[in-house]
Amino acid sequence: MKQFKGRVVAGGMVKAEALVSHGGLNTLASFQKALQFGDKNATSGDQNNPDLYGKQMAGKALCLPQTIGSTTGGLVLYCACAMKRQPACMLFSKPIDSLAAAGAILADVWLDDVTMPVIDNLGEEFLTYVKDGMQITVGEDGTVTVE
Amino acid sequence: MQLTEKQKQILDGAEGEVKAKVMRTIVKYGEAFDADKLVPVTSQYNHLVTSFGLKMMKPVFDLMQQLIDAGAVSGQKFSVDPRPLDPNVPANFLQNFIFNNFMYTKQASYEEQLKQLGLMDDNAFTCACYLDQMGNKPGKGDVLSWAESSAVVYANSVLGARCNRNSGIIDIMGSIAGYVPHFGLLTDEGRKATWVVRIATTKKPEAQLLGSAIGMKVMEEVPYIVGLDKWLGTELDDAACTYLKDFGAATASNGAVGLYHVENLTPEAIEQGTALIKEGAKEYVIDDAELQRVYDSYPVIWKNKEAKPKLCFMGCPHMSLQQLKDWTDRVETALAEAGNKKVLIPTVFTAPPAVLAEFEKTPYAARLKATGVITSYICPLMYMNNPLAGKMPVITSSNKLRTYTTARYYTDDEILLQITKGGK
Repeated sequence: MKQFKGRVVAGGMVKAEALVSHGGLNTLASFQKALQFGDKNATSGDQNNPDLYGKQMAGKALCLPQTIGSTTGGLVLYCACAMKRQPACMLFSKPIDSLAAAGAILADVWLDDVTMPVIDNLGEEFLTYVKDGMQITVGEDGTVTVE
Repeated sequence: MQLTEKQKQILDGAEGEVKAKVMRTIVKYGEAFDADKLVPVTSQYNHLVTSFGLKMMKPVFDLMQQLIDAGAVSGQKFSVDPRPLDPNVPANFLQNFIFNNFMYTKQASYEEQLKQLGLMDDNAFTCACYLDQMGNKPGKGDVLSWAESSAVVYANSVLGARCNRNSGIIDIMGSIAGYVPHFGLLTDEGRKATWVVRIATTKKPEAQLLGSAIGMKVMEEVPYIVGLDKWLGTELDDAACTYLKDFGAATASNGAVGLYHVENLTPEAIEQGTALIKEGAKEYVIDDAELQRVYDSYPVIWKNKEAKPKLCFMGCPHMSLQQLKDWTDRVETALAEAGNKKVLIPTVFTAPPAVLAEFEKTPYAARLKATGVITSYICPLMYMNNPLAGKMPVITSSNKLRTYTTARYYTDDEILLQITKGGK
């Protein structure tokens, strides 16, 4: 078990299974197919991301360095949240990028019944340590426990 | 973050609950990046990235309707990215069925929302809104709330405006609030270069290839580019601006560049020179071999890698008037050399509606049509964002289209060879 401390971008507590992307998450490429065609598991459709491609993203503790790709990324993430197909939480090793921040904040402000804790600045060691399937617990203060 | 009294009042609901939520969104967005204050949006027009009525975006349309119902519409008129559909562009029965019945079923109703929110006019659909014919060209120092990555990098770098790489929806929220958070590329410090890129090629580098190389190397950082003026000159004339348009789009899509400086050419580089370079900046030298390495690194993700191309898209970002004219000459000449009358691959040149209207007034339009090339206002990216695209071998010289879709990249010269001589 190991604990990491980051900065809270969107608050909340959650327990979920880790899903790890070592490369940036291309939000549009990852979510579009799932959202377009009613896939409740939000299976990643990004062929350029071998860590995520074909895996369920909904309900997982998504561990990643940052998001990349189209500047529609924030609204795609917002749509995933509104459609209840979002990850349980998003845990960034780096400082959050503007697209992911937008998605997280739009969901936080505009959706009443959705909680998706977002923590950034967890450090490179976090992404080295965490592996798919590990149990993640996110605390209100930005503490992330990996076991 | 320091807020003015007026900003606090809006946040507290003085202008209604919905406007308060808009302001809360902008404030929280700023807090995520340690912004010290909000600053007024000063450009005459805004530009939105979200132009497409994709069915999956229902939550966005619901949000837009909340804004409209509350009268929280854009403080500025705006242009918006290109339309995703154009009957001029070849599509088979199945594609048309999917476009019209599954994907873009909300296009008409969303365009109606855009009008209510402040769309400039019915033809204000392009990613290159800053071209003269489109009438949305910010001035130096203007503060923007844009999100389209190719437009943001052009506005920052070539026009000297100030804008962060915002996400869709944040763009219109900034315009409704009238303020954007002061951080990143809005600050003098954030506009300084952390990379020095030296161009050491033996010929003028392909704009989209050079942009790709730099984008993939520096990602979201700011590069100061030395030696490109040798090939582009020291005047921001039409040719240089066109080059920088395509170059910048590649830096923004292959990496996440929001601003670049070109020594002796772009406005801040001319004013401040090497004072723009931060201490300890990293260095990247680009020669012919490096460009070849980058080119060779692009994966071909067609199902059949040897397939004959079925479609060619040029114009992502949208082409300028001069590009349409130049390509008319090039296609005509190459066809004549090959003894062919029409292009051998269905080819679409995309450009802003107002540019296409100007082009139609010139003799070039009939000449281009005679070669078989189709012109369109469509967004090639949106055309290709469907499950059938992977099976369709599309070629392009756009590194943005290559990055986001299954389209295969070729240089401009190679594209010309493909469409006029079948690649031989």
